Amino acid sequence: MTRSASGSLPQYVLQRVLLVIPMIWVILTLVFVVLRVAPGDPVSAALGGRLNAEALEQRREALGLNEPLIHQYWDYLSSVFRLDFGTTFSDNQPVLHVIRDNGGATLSLTLASFVVALVVGIPLGMVAGRYRDSVGDVVIRLFGILSYAAPIFFIGFLLQVYVAQPLGLPTSGMASPITVFTVQPVTHILLIDVFLSGDATAIGDVLEHLLLPALTLGLLICGVFIRLVRVNILQTTQADYVEAAEARGISRGRVTRKHAFRNALVPVITVIGLQFALLLGGAVLTESTFNWPGLGQKLVEYINDRDYGAVQGIITIFAVAVVLISLLVDIVNALVDPRVRY
Amino acid sequence: MELVDEVSGNRQPEPVISARDVRVWYGTTRGAIRAVDGVSFDLMPGETLGLVGESGCGKSTLGRGLMGLLPTGAKRDGEVVFKGRDVFSMSAKEAYALRGHELGMIFQEPLTRLNPLMRISEHFEETIRQHEPRLPRAEVQQRAFEVLRVMGIPPTRYRSYPHEFSGGMRQRLMIALALVLRPAFVVADEPTTALDVLVEAQIVGILNDLRRTFDTSLLLITHNVGIVAEACDRVAVMYAGRIVEQGAVADVLGNPQHPYTRELLRSTISLSTTGLEFIPGSPPDLVDPPAGCRFHPRCPDAMQVCAVKDPVDVERPGGGRVECWLRGPEDLVPEGGTRPLKQEELTVADEA
Repeated sequence: MTRSASGSLPQYVLQRVLLVIPMIWVILTLVFVVLRVAPGDPVSAALGGRLNAEALEQRREALGLNEPLIHQYWDYLSSVFRLDFGTTFSDNQPVLHVIRDNGGATLSLTLASFVVALVVGIPLGMVAGRYRDSVGDVVIRLFGILSYAAPIFFIGFLLQVYVAQPLGLPTSGMASPITVFTVQPVTHILLIDVFLSGDATAIGDVLEHLLLPALTLGLLICGVFIRLVRVNILQTTQADYVEAAEARGISRGRVTRKHAFRNALVPVITVIGLQFALLLGGAVLTESTFNWPGLGQKLVEYINDRDYGAVQGIITIFAVAVVLISLLVDIVNALVDPRVRY
Repeated sequence: MELVDEVSGNRQPEPVISARDVRVWYGTTRGAIRAVDGVSFDLMPGETLGLVGESGCGKSTLGRGLMGLLPTGAKRDGEVVFKGRDVFSMSAKEAYALRGHELGMIFQEPLTRLNPLMRISEHFEETIRQHEPRLPRAEVQQRAFEVLRVMGIPPTRYRSYPHEFSGGMRQRLMIALALVLRPAFVVADEPTTALDVLVEAQIVGILNDLRRTFDTSLLLITHNVGIVAEACDRVAVMYAGRIVEQGAVADVLGNPQHPYTRELLRSTISLSTTGLEFIPGSPPDLVDPPAGCRFHPRCPDAMQVCAVKDPVDVERPGGGRVECWLRGPEDLVPEGGTRPLKQEELTVADEA
């Protein structure tokens, strides 16, 4: 290993960013091939039986499905490059708008539930690991298992009945109709737009609507973080470098913070990335429990309608998003852990 | 500044550290494991004491016990006087202040002893700042550079991360970290076991120079008699939680008085070794050690008295102490006690 290794962070990041290009290309090709290999063609699958053969043929032509595969492939790649993800068949909307509106809702929910999961999960995991086998540890472990194992619609239902009802919190949708009506769509992500508008009642309304869905989904994923952080803390508090730091007389608080906790949190970054990518696909159960207009629910609708246009566009964007998240995770990892930047 | 005086000058005759009847035991479901059972020794300023013995004889536990780094569930007892203060009876806060500053430790596995997320510079800054919080930054760095230079590590590597160093370099970093605050007493727990022989020679050389460069007293824990011969002034031989013989290195290695020391030396491999010598049997169970001398079941010279009465600590002919009935005192041996002990046949299970 050379001396320049610790200084090569920019080089590592550049390398990693350049790698994204072939990764996205491979993924796009896979999406294209998988959708073409599937038996039947999109048009007859979606509309067969409802239109006559001539009309179906017309549709196919309009979608370019009569072209040779290589042409279709080229069209697909170049349109993705122009950020044109096609239109949905069933309701004839640009896929980009679906992603923007419903994806924005999903993104807001995902981010908020991650805040819940991390704020609850990491400290609880740390306490459980630090005070292993204490009453607190046992209670936290039990809570972790319960929150992970409990069916989401059940938790959501309990929250609706026992929390929302007495407190008068909303249990459905992203905001009251009046808020949706008054807030100017700038980014089309309501959570951001409402803050841009600076309207205090509207902000309150949106956050109220966000609270319970975020809590439901956040508690579900926080179980993973509790257990992960706990196990890591158990390992790092026994680590050789922790004992060595104690032998140098470093104060207990600093040993715990700087040596044990910091090292324990490195693997958490990777898991955050994985979970985040998973949730971007939409948390269908949470969304339907709280009538949240997210991507998960929308995707289920399109799949039921056999809307290949929508499915292809949405999958394409997912794939790109997952690649970008893994890029982000790698960069954060490299920032935190110097051993990653080989 | 008082440190300088100590270094330059008049060596006081009183020991830096003085251990009396130190005991360490681990609680288990089978009962207490008496890992260290009544150990006493003195260490003079700048002196190196080698502590040798088989694996599991309690030598590492003794080193950790002195540092106060025992795992939870371990208990210690006895008296360890360091510069006039009893280390074992001081508060946790006092003990923390002493560790690193006055008592240092070097470990066996250099590869895992540095925090992988922290630069070498951060390790040094953290250590120095902990004990001298008001030291200016430039001074901190200068102190670190000084000790790194002694260890042969160029200052250009100061901002590197642990994974960018080889094993031997990391052990030198650990030594530098242990010495940067000039502790009066350092425990080195098998510092070369994880390293290859060339690096081992280098580290032994560095440890050998310590008393000249830093005037540090060293407790060098090892199972390698060769290192003791090379780097130590005195040696203590440990068996089953007790020091059975201690004295000047040349005396003990040249003229061992305890049968265990003799057998241990005989089993050392050298260039002239033609066959493997070993001591039959294995170290005793420390929950329920044998009565009398703990070595008697494996001792080729065991007498009747050895199986019934604890041996008494007597003066060695060449200076130092030894615990063996062969060396007396004769007036304590009961009638007929010097008859040879009939050893039970070692079963295969015992050997295993």
